[in-house]
Amino acid sequence: MKYTLSVLVENHPGVLSRVAGLFSRRGFNIDSLAVGVTEDPTISRMTIVVNGDDYIVEQVTKQLNKLIDVIKIKKLNPKEAVERELALIKVNANSQTRSDIIQITEIFRANIVDVSKETLTIEISGDEDKIEALIELLKQYGIREVVRTGLIAIERGNKVISKSKSEEDE
Amino acid sequence: MAKMTVARAMVEVLKSEGVEIIFGIPGAAIYPFYDALYDSNIKHVLVRTEQAAVHEASGYARTTGKVGVCVATSGPGATNLITGIATAYMDSVPIVAITGQVNSSLIGKDVFQEVDITGATAPFTKHNYLVKDPKKIVRILKEAFYIASTGRRGPVLIDVPIDVQMQEIEFEIPKEIDIPGYKPKEKGHPLQIKRAVEAIESSKRPVVCSGGGVIASGASQELQILIEKQKIPVISTLMGIGSIPTDHPYYLGMIGSHGQKEANLALRQADLLIVIGARLADRALGDTKITEDMKIIHIDIDPAEIGKNVDTNIPIVGDAKQVLSEVNKRISERKDFWAYEIKAQKKVLPDDDKLHPYDVLREISRAYNGDYIITTDVGQHQIWAAHNLYIKEPGTFITSGGLGTMGYGVPAAIGAKFGRPEKEVISITGDGSFQMLLQELATIKREQVPIKIVLFNNTRLGMVYELQKKRCTGRFIATCLDGNPDFMILSKAYGIESMRLESKEKLKEAIEIMKSHKGPFLLEVVTSPDEPTIP
Repeated sequence: MKYTLSVLVENHPGVLSRVAGLFSRRGFNIDSLAVGVTEDPTISRMTIVVNGDDYIVEQVTKQLNKLIDVIKIKKLNPKEAVERELALIKVNANSQTRSDIIQITEIFRANIVDVSKETLTIEISGDEDKIEALIELLKQYGIREVVRTGLIAIERGNKVISKSKSEEDE
Repeated sequence: MAKMTVARAMVEVLKSEGVEIIFGIPGAAIYPFYDALYDSNIKHVLVRTEQAAVHEASGYARTTGKVGVCVATSGPGATNLITGIATAYMDSVPIVAITGQVNSSLIGKDVFQEVDITGATAPFTKHNYLVKDPKKIVRILKEAFYIASTGRRGPVLIDVPIDVQMQEIEFEIPKEIDIPGYKPKEKGHPLQIKRAVEAIESSKRPVVCSGGGVIASGASQELQILIEKQKIPVISTLMGIGSIPTDHPYYLGMIGSHGQKEANLALRQADLLIVIGARLADRALGDTKITEDMKIIHIDIDPAEIGKNVDTNIPIVGDAKQVLSEVNKRISERKDFWAYEIKAQKKVLPDDDKLHPYDVLREISRAYNGDYIITTDVGQHQIWAAHNLYIKEPGTFITSGGLGTMGYGVPAAIGAKFGRPEKEVISITGDGSFQMLLQELATIKREQVPIKIVLFNNTRLGMVYELQKKRCTGRFIATCLDGNPDFMILSKAYGIESMRLESKEKLKEAIEIMKSHKGPFLLEVVTSPDEPTIP
């Protein structure tokens, strides 16, 4: 099963490598890890998707909490969070297939962001399933390259995960 | 605010943290710090390899409860610290390790003596820093001491480029340290404590497993109150030895694959296991499987330890001393000590004409009556020491429990003697372990550190030799240490008095000679290669 962790960390050099290193040496599998600065420039947020069971997630959370640079960790409930991923997909396109691909892109509310004689590059954002579905459909034309950001997620409503809100701590 | 160089500011912070002694070796990338140290009253002990510097700082820290400090230069100096840092991490010893680094502008270019030491040590430091901004050095050093000495203790490394050491800053020590991601929780949750009390009172065969955390938090007295009120037998991990006196009527011994039979038996029969300050690693559990019928209370300051190796019914995150004193306030008295029967099965050791290691260790215990600090290396002698020495006070049995680092014992003894000069310090070692850091005999000589070294010499890497005997049907490979030096001549070369003990008749006399000798002394005990770890 997949779990999404939202992790607030100090915005220092080397923090990402500490977090990623912890996963590899403890034998935990990361499905994706997306990181960026928050509204407070001294703090970054990592969205980590972990594959495992409850024991794994508990261990990941506890071990992450041990890192001095980690301020807060919250396991997000998918039903109460907005989850998005961005992907860029470069697909083969010729005069016969181009209109079909454009049609599929429109159905998925994706955008064509680059065109060449032999390819189209499509930008899509959405949850993992939506992106997978588009990739599956585009496979028949020949996918040349896929670039994905990994999942980012935020809680719905007025809930926030911040440095000062201790009740949100794991 | 006074203006000074970063190097000088580093020394000033060390002074403000009460540092009295530093173990290390200088080098080109750390010379400004050493130059600043020249004007201070902090003692510097010049070791013969950086690994020994960490172990000495570790011995000092474990006997004093203070933070041990060690220093090395960049590159190989820093990498030589690694084994010692990992040893301190596994045993939760508070260490601040300072390393010099190449010039900031050259970092990442693989220049002479450059190494990414913060990257290398990240997995086994509690935290580490590469100081790029000179203005941050004071806060970073203060944080390092705070992190190393609070919560679950551990080593912190600070890597300072040489150009940073030479820059001038305005010196001001921050009054408070506030690290948003680091708030150790010392008080146990009241509800969990209530549940623990109920579980203990309703159990029929409770057992306490005492770990190094009990010693680190100074919880020995609280532990003794609990077990005496509830008549609970105590078993310990290797790190927990000394958390209650080993002659306590409720103490059953060390558990695990190299543990005592009666301790393991008690663990198997228990209906409630109270784990305090221990992680219950594979060696500690040995062949014992925790069954679903056994309830477990786990008290630890590090939440990540709870539920990591064994499932826990009642987890209590907090400092052992605080949690146990809360438990003691609520707990009732019990009448019966259930494990007397188990204790009665205690194995009687063979008494013959041969000189056995346990004879030597028991004679040392008798002669000193437990008034010593013992350090051990790693190997058969470590287990012999764990089983046979009388350990009276917490923090007087110092061993590399987690990492199992050979070479730990002698340097740890040097550090321990600097920390507690009034105590007799005895290092129990084997010929394999001793030769991993025997250059520290030079440090002993130079500093005239009056420690005693008891060297069990069986010309074998005994633990592995024994393993090969049992598991590889006697296919011995690479465990015979033929080519050992004559340890008497060796110690003479270092100006250290020594004696060789080969027979049982001379045992008492030899221990008396060692005990009455004022300076450092090496007692070599000639041991049979076939002497088993557990007789």
